[in-house]
Amino acid sequence: MSKLFKQDVNNALENANLAGALTRFSEAYVVSRAKAYEGIDFEALRTRISEIKGYAAGHFGELAEEFTENAEAKGAKVFRANSPEKVRDYILALASEYGVKRVVKSKSMASEEIHLNAHLEKNGISVRETDLGEWIIQLSGQKPSHMVMPAIHLTKEEVADIFSKETGIGNEQQSSEIPRLVKLARDNMRSKFLEADMGISGANMAVAETGTIVMVTNEGNGRMVTTLPKIHVALIGIEKLIPKFADIAPILTALPRSATGQLLTSYVTMITGPVPNTDGSMKDLHIILMDNRRTEMAGDPKFKQALQCIRCASCLNVCPVFRLVGGHVFGHVYTGGIGTILTAWFSEMKKSEEIQGLCIQCGRCREICPAKIDIPGLIVEIRRNLVKGEGQSLAQKTIYAVVNNRKLFHGMLRTAAIAQKPFAKEGFIRHLPSFLSDMTEFRSLPAIAAVPFRDRVKTIRQPATKEKAAFFAGCLIDFAYPEIGEAVIKVLNKAGIGVIFPDDQTCCGAPAHYSGAFDVAAQNAVDNIRALARDDVKYVVSACPTCTAFLKFEFISDLENLSMNQHLAAAQTLSEKTMDFSSFIKRLVDEGRLTLHEGAEAGKITYHDSCHLKRTLKVTRVPRELLRQCGHEISEMFESDICCGMGGSYSLKNPEISSHILKRKLENIKKTGVSCVAMDCPACVLQIRGGFDKEGSGIRVKHTAELLADTLK
Amino acid sequence: MFETFKAKAEAVSGEVHRFSTKDGAVRFILDLLTIEGISDTPKFYALWAECPFLDGLDRRALSEKIPGLKFEVTRTLAADSKIGISQMDWALADTGSLVQDATAIDKRLVSMLPEIHVALLETAKLLPDMASVLTRISPKEASYLSMITGPSRTADIERVLTIGVHGPVRVVIVCVDDMEGTG
Repeated sequence: MSKLFKQDVNNALENANLAGALTRFSEAYVVSRAKAYEGIDFEALRTRISEIKGYAAGHFGELAEEFTENAEAKGAKVFRANSPEKVRDYILALASEYGVKRVVKSKSMASEEIHLNAHLEKNGISVRETDLGEWIIQLSGQKPSHMVMPAIHLTKEEVADIFSKETGIGNEQQSSEIPRLVKLARDNMRSKFLEADMGISGANMAVAETGTIVMVTNEGNGRMVTTLPKIHVALIGIEKLIPKFADIAPILTALPRSATGQLLTSYVTMITGPVPNTDGSMKDLHIILMDNRRTEMAGDPKFKQALQCIRCASCLNVCPVFRLVGGHVFGHVYTGGIGTILTAWFSEMKKSEEIQGLCIQCGRCREICPAKIDIPGLIVEIRRNLVKGEGQSLAQKTIYAVVNNRKLFHGMLRTAAIAQKPFAKEGFIRHLPSFLSDMTEFRSLPAIAAVPFRDRVKTIRQPATKEKAAFFAGCLIDFAYPEIGEAVIKVLNKAGIGVIFPDDQTCCGAPAHYSGAFDVAAQNAVDNIRALARDDVKYVVSACPTCTAFLKFEFISDLENLSMNQHLAAAQTLSEKTMDFSSFIKRLVDEGRLTLHEGAEAGKITYHDSCHLKRTLKVTRVPRELLRQCGHEISEMFESDICCGMGGSYSLKNPEISSHILKRKLENIKKTGVSCVAMDCPACVLQIRGGFDKEGSGIRVKHTAELLADTLK
Repeated sequence: MFETFKAKAEAVSGEVHRFSTKDGAVRFILDLLTIEGISDTPKFYALWAECPFLDGLDRRALSEKIPGLKFEVTRTLAADSKIGISQMDWALADTGSLVQDATAIDKRLVSMLPEIHVALLETAKLLPDMASVLTRISPKEASYLSMITGPSRTADIERVLTIGVHGPVRVVIVCVDDMEGTG
């Protein structure tokens, strides 16, 4: 991360207006979105949309041709352009030909992508953004902070100030009441609409079958831009092409609901060919289909799916990082999760190298994307390309060389257990020397266990059992929280299952994978598959959802990605045997092999949903059921399924962001008034326990396995 | 279906009124024009775009009752009107939306520039949803299809919902069960 970018991020984090507005919005958004989707099968809908848009992305050439033919048959002029220069030249030439002096624009992200306004204004043409938020941004000279709500970071007082500079009405006479500000914009803009010689718009869809462009708007400016001036230029990225007129319905069902929680926007306008002007003449309708690397992107087997995006910006709205930093730290046009990907292709590759690091990989956007785009997966793909292109830093290389050599890696951890002694107290490291202090500023780190789990397990006396399970500890349980591993053994033994600890198991590879070092991750996968491939175990259990997700899914996909097919059969076998701790226990309870302490009172707790458990393994109810069965009453916290800010090594790379996310999590836990919070992930335990320790709070932070073991006799 | 439509339209600040006959609808509209102070002064005109609803109505008599109510639509008059009246082709119950082939410029001007848009609708033209209207309309015949769902709105400042931006501030939907008759 460059210094400048880091400074941008820190400025954003300190901007209370921005974070306040975005956070309030993101909280309300979840509710309004859910309400808007009531009675709709979201999975079926987004599958349909991904099919339509996925097909389109594979057939841009044909669809563009079909669109051109049909739109031209209706009298529109269609111009297909590969590069931003060609688009700018075309519009400028058109403007010169007709003597255009004044342009009104409704929202067009494609025009922002090619910096059209600046180009026209440089050539003496005045350009007026007419979307309220875009106009505010245009007047203020700032960058949009959100794709759908570009001026969300400004307070009404700031907007009043910006308006009074424009209108010349003194600030003191200028009310900052929002309805008055909106009225001022209406009045001020009206004459601009009526005087303009050219209207420029974008479009949300372009239908090949009919040559129709579809615009989805709320303020009414889109209708004016396409009606009042005699020339209408629609500037459209070719990813907006869809094959059939009927394909409009599913996209129109999702777009307003996902964007703003509306069932439908105030206006949907479908234009097919020129229409009469107010003086009876026919409109000059020019439709520009802009490529600007979209065809190239469609040729990339991985990134092609990003072209399915319908620009609803819901990935921004649910992102725990976006709501803290806002759009200003992103590129000029496309922001948030999808923006990280689109920026890399359409505008600023350099910028995307910085912003990709903001993604914490919590997977929340993947869950709600109406176009079914694996946004976090594609961001990891960007990282992978960065690693391939520029290579890893020496420090990274060294770390991964160590991680790929289990004996060396574990040897170093053991050495660290001794070296940390001056800093460790009561199982925590609360302060580190200054050059490492970022890591402990907002949360204490766990001390590295004096005796790792891999050694302690050998001293545990287990009953003789017929059935065996292999335990995959993962680095945190092995070297920081061996007591969680002991709890797992206690519970499994109670159900008559013996636990084996294969000594050759090593890091699951998640840190390497999420940094884009797929070769390192794949080597971790191979080592672990070998270590765990034992005929004498029926199950492989892990008490870390991230490790479980890797054993179950990511090993296979990473190996496939690198064409290491010789390991796939073994990876598949391992995947089938692997279960997360809670799901495994639930199964044992259901089979009558384990009885939890029914009826006992174990006290009120709250539960934190870990990202990989909820969103990769799809487990949410099970741990709650188990905890209730053993006597706990669960008092749900607000946003229980939002990331705690750990994200593995993320919290080390972005401590400022991580600490802000953690702070909210701690607040939400405290608001429940309980004295204990449970979770299924040792990394969340690290983050949340460390946060409470730093605060000096007495709230206990426990892994579900520990609470279950506590209630067993 | 009407009740759903009414509920959904009202949920987005649309106003919905239903009349069994055209007579009732005409009386309601004339009352509305009076209440809103329509007069033969710029900014206070009312423009009524050509539509089947007007068939059989005596336009001159209507204009005499409400000076300022005009039936010829121009850009200048529309910009100087407080109320615009036009007839819709369909409506969608599940979103409270109105659908219109607005290729004719008159229809667009009266629903775009004035503060109040009065949207006439034959109740029988109510359809359940978007998919059902897309099979009934053809962009080959209608070059400018408009769907209108409530008045214009924004949440661009502090994400506070504000009704009435560039388009109408009010949308008054007048449903008529029986479109026959002369008013």
